[in-house]
Amino acid sequence: MIKTQRPKYRLLNEAFVKKIVNESYLILEKYGVFVENKEAFTLLKNAGAKTDESENRVFIPQELVEKSLSETPPVIELYDREGEQKFTVGNDEIHFDPGSAAVTVLDHESKSQRRAKTEDLIRFARVTDAMENIDFQSTGIISSDIPEIISDSYRLYIGLQFSRKPVVTGTFRVEGFKPMHDMLAAVRGSAQNLADKPLAIFDACPSPPLKWSNLTTQSLIDSARTGIPSELISMGMTGATSPVTLAGTLVQHTAENLSGLVICQVAEPGSPVIFGGSPASFDMRKGTTPMGAIETMMIDSAYSQIGKYLNLPTHAYMGLSDSKLNDNQAGLESGIGAVLAALAGVNVISGPGMLDFESCQSLEKLVIDNEICGMALRLVKGIAQRDEPLAVDLFQDITTESQFLSKPHTRKWYREEHIFPGIIDRDTYDEWAGKGKKSAAQRAADKIKEILEQPVSGIDTSIQKELTKIMLADAEKNGLTSLPEIKG
Amino acid sequence: MIDKKILSDMNRAVVEGNKDDAQKLAIQAIDENWDLNEVIENGFVPGIQKAGDLWEKGDYFLPELITSAETMKAAMSLLQPELKKKNLTAKTLGKAVIGTIEGDIHDIGKNLVASILSANGFDVIDLGADVKITSFIETALEEKADFICVSTLLTTTMLKQKNLIELLKSKNLYGKFKVLVGGSPVNSKWAQDIGADGYAENAMAAAKIAKSLIRT
Repeated sequence: MIKTQRPKYRLLNEAFVKKIVNESYLILEKYGVFVENKEAFTLLKNAGAKTDESENRVFIPQELVEKSLSETPPVIELYDREGEQKFTVGNDEIHFDPGSAAVTVLDHESKSQRRAKTEDLIRFARVTDAMENIDFQSTGIISSDIPEIISDSYRLYIGLQFSRKPVVTGTFRVEGFKPMHDMLAAVRGSAQNLADKPLAIFDACPSPPLKWSNLTTQSLIDSARTGIPSELISMGMTGATSPVTLAGTLVQHTAENLSGLVICQVAEPGSPVIFGGSPASFDMRKGTTPMGAIETMMIDSAYSQIGKYLNLPTHAYMGLSDSKLNDNQAGLESGIGAVLAALAGVNVISGPGMLDFESCQSLEKLVIDNEICGMALRLVKGIAQRDEPLAVDLFQDITTESQFLSKPHTRKWYREEHIFPGIIDRDTYDEWAGKGKKSAAQRAADKIKEILEQPVSGIDTSIQKELTKIMLADAEKNGLTSLPEIKG
Repeated sequence: MIDKKILSDMNRAVVEGNKDDAQKLAIQAIDENWDLNEVIENGFVPGIQKAGDLWEKGDYFLPELITSAETMKAAMSLLQPELKKKNLTAKTLGKAVIGTIEGDIHDIGKNLVASILSANGFDVIDLGADVKITSFIETALEEKADFICVSTLLTTTMLKQKNLIELLKSKNLYGKFKVLVGGSPVNSKWAQDIGADGYAENAMAAAKIAKSLIRT
């Protein structure tokens, strides 16, 4: 039997990858990075980096980067809320999660954006939970009915209660880490259990070019010490906050990611790190950061290749769109992005549901994108040899009347070889018209209603109580006496 | 009267974004004791206006526009101290305090707006990034500013734009300054909701709105 070939695409040849990596080493050593966080600054200094205290600047020698790389695990294993299902983040395994973090949600009926509330966060977590091609949830919406100071812990609080999936999240304040970590540990039973079976990835964004703010650096340190994987979100904008050439942006991207990785390793050797990002092809006309631009996707695919070359798990924001509603643009940008990400073997692909430059979530889009993800997942499974011989024997009794529908061979393989969409329209015209001539977005809205009528994949009540206790304590510390009512 | 050709050279230097030429011309103007207000108004300002027109038409993109604005700034940085020496002030449309709000160290958008505002004749005080709400207000009071311009890139820090307006209200300062908000997660609806005076989706729009507000 011939081994199935996993479809892959590589934008760069090895010489090009090496050149980018080498230039990024040079930048780190010669020009350094700005590290606002005092502890990280000292840790780096003690690990052998030259520093310039007046500018918070750290010059990282190549040996330190290489040592840190050798300490970083190539593969991470995440577990769902119940600690049962395992997800490998590494190699060419791909996992989709909804894009984050939106401040608005798209209202399907009025086609306008509005601020999100607790009930939107709950719906979002529940719909994500039901999406069979989306492995991880993300705390992808910011709630406007609680004070912003606790919006980081609050979205995790909701996500953990309403979805079983591992969660991609992150802090908005230095103090946010503790309650968030406490909640995750409460789900697992202890901090040690959490470190053994990670449930969440924490995103940390350097500020381009080459700056690590106090908050994001603290998140790296805290995550490293508690075994939480840090996902590094470098986000150069070509020609604005990074070089205008795609290759130049890749150099900066690599330097930013590597510096983040070094911070994690000096804080805790062996801590899990994901080589990720959200760079964009900056629109020189509009001053916007199109995530659906083909150049954005090219940068993403290429840095993922660089991450793989460095033997690291990878992440990218792909499969999202800059459209403001669920139209052709939303579908085409998301489709191209998801497929390219899958072919590039990006391990964590953040995108589904997201519109308008990463600022708006649409549940209907999430449901449509789930089908795109299904197609991408099918694509990378490739074409398998199922039989030996492939087909010759199927023709031995051939007559002019022959068909394949009733053959056992068909019955045996059709579900393995083909996927069956639920939202994508394959009706005949009359059938489609008979159902009310609905658009994909309308069909998705119908599907959401169905999902929300199903029971919640609820959390153990004693854990829920513990989560509420932690959340309330965090809220009280920040001047709030009660939380919005939660209606499942 | 200054030679028309010289004025058009100044104009062209700004349109083409040629800093060296612009500064040479500014030095020539100072050395030869020309009327500096005329130099600015009839030499350099029409250049930035032309660059703005080219942007509106779609011929100029951000790299051209920002280079023109920086060229304008480079010329002004030589001319303004001279005006001061002569106890003259450059005509200004108004004074703006600008910065990226606390918690956010992204300042590319804010820098664009600051450059374009200043190129369009506003006196701009740039507080940089990660600026505390209170320093926006304190600086605006000290400088007797007309505008407070607040930028944010992060969805998490945009909420602080609202806090700034709330703080203005609680200090009875609401309405004393025109507050302009901007940044990628922000839109006009948000500006309206929080009670800001204006929102601009890009730097050119910011200059336009500032000009229209100063007239009211």
